[in-house]
Amino acid sequence: MSKFKTKKGKGLPAINTSSLPDIIFMLLFFFMVTTVMREVTLRVKVRLPQATEVQKLEKKSLVMFIYMGPPTNTAVYGTESRIQLNDQFARVEDVPEFIAREREARNEADRNFLTTSLKVHSETKMGIVTDVKQELRKSGAFRINYSTLKNQK
Amino acid sequence: MARRSTPEINAGSMADIAFLLLIFFLVTTTMDVDTGITRRLPPPVENPEEDIEIKERNILNVLVNKNDRLLVDGKIGSIATLKDVAKKFMIPVYPDDPNHPETELKTINLIGEIHTSKGVISLKNDRGTSYKMYIAVQNELARAFNELKDEMAQKYFGTSYNNLLNEDEIKAINEAVPVRISEAEPENIGGR
Repeated sequence: MSKFKTKKGKGLPAINTSSLPDIIFMLLFFFMVTTVMREVTLRVKVRLPQATEVQKLEKKSLVMFIYMGPPTNTAVYGTESRIQLNDQFARVEDVPEFIAREREARNEADRNFLTTSLKVHSETKMGIVTDVKQELRKSGAFRINYSTLKNQK
Repeated sequence: MARRSTPEINAGSMADIAFLLLIFFLVTTTMDVDTGITRRLPPPVENPEEDIEIKERNILNVLVNKNDRLLVDGKIGSIATLKDVAKKFMIPVYPDDPNHPETELKTINLIGEIHTSKGVISLKNDRGTSYKMYIAVQNELARAFNELKDEMAQKYFGTSYNNLLNEDEIKAINEAVPVRISEAEPENIGGR
């Protein structure tokens, strides 16, 4: 009996929290490494359509993005769908140059695996999309990916 | 002069600072994976006059007009039935039947001799078609092919296509069920 009494008298020892910062730092580094900061500011509205038969887009470094949709600033740019390459609006004729520059930035071995991801607003008319696709064909960027959201059905 | 030892820095708030940073990165992190329908564009045609002859019975025409209405094989179609129509069209029928596309006898690794369809699905859309509709059509066609592949995988390897791990098996299925979606050269039918 006396055994229990002595223990009770001491009370709970405080948990050692000196390693807590280390644990938190570990988590912090994990998130710092995995974070991909968004590099482009969207000037067009992109609400992606939904589909069920989607595939994951692998190798993010081998993907170039083309955005199409109505401008976010409708007061200045109107509501007609526009193309956005990198950070600015572009015309269809600018697409080959964009492709060439993106290719240039990759190393030789990866160039054939470059995929173009088309992020297109669902209400956009196909006309502009077809024009861009024709340009892509002419520049030899054959691998494309219609970006869609996965629809649980 | 005796140096006084520097007092120890209180590290108690270190955790709080780390937490603050952690929360910042937690909030800014986007772990979204990009998903989409992957397609391969055909190389540009050298001389447009030279058309490749494909027999009428080997083509399933899918047209989408600017009001997002479908015309499948000359009849008004709908998204709900498109998958089944496409699937029925692509299933190889032998002995030869003039109402179905021709078949071709192929010898494929791991499967052996098999009749594969020579059918082609020709997709044509108007400039005024909405992207949403276009993706819906592409999705339904992809679904038809995926189901065919699944059935093939089930038949020969006893598992669904997505569960196949062996590269050769995947290749065999892809050879047995060729995805033939041809997109016609764009034409301006209904204006912008």
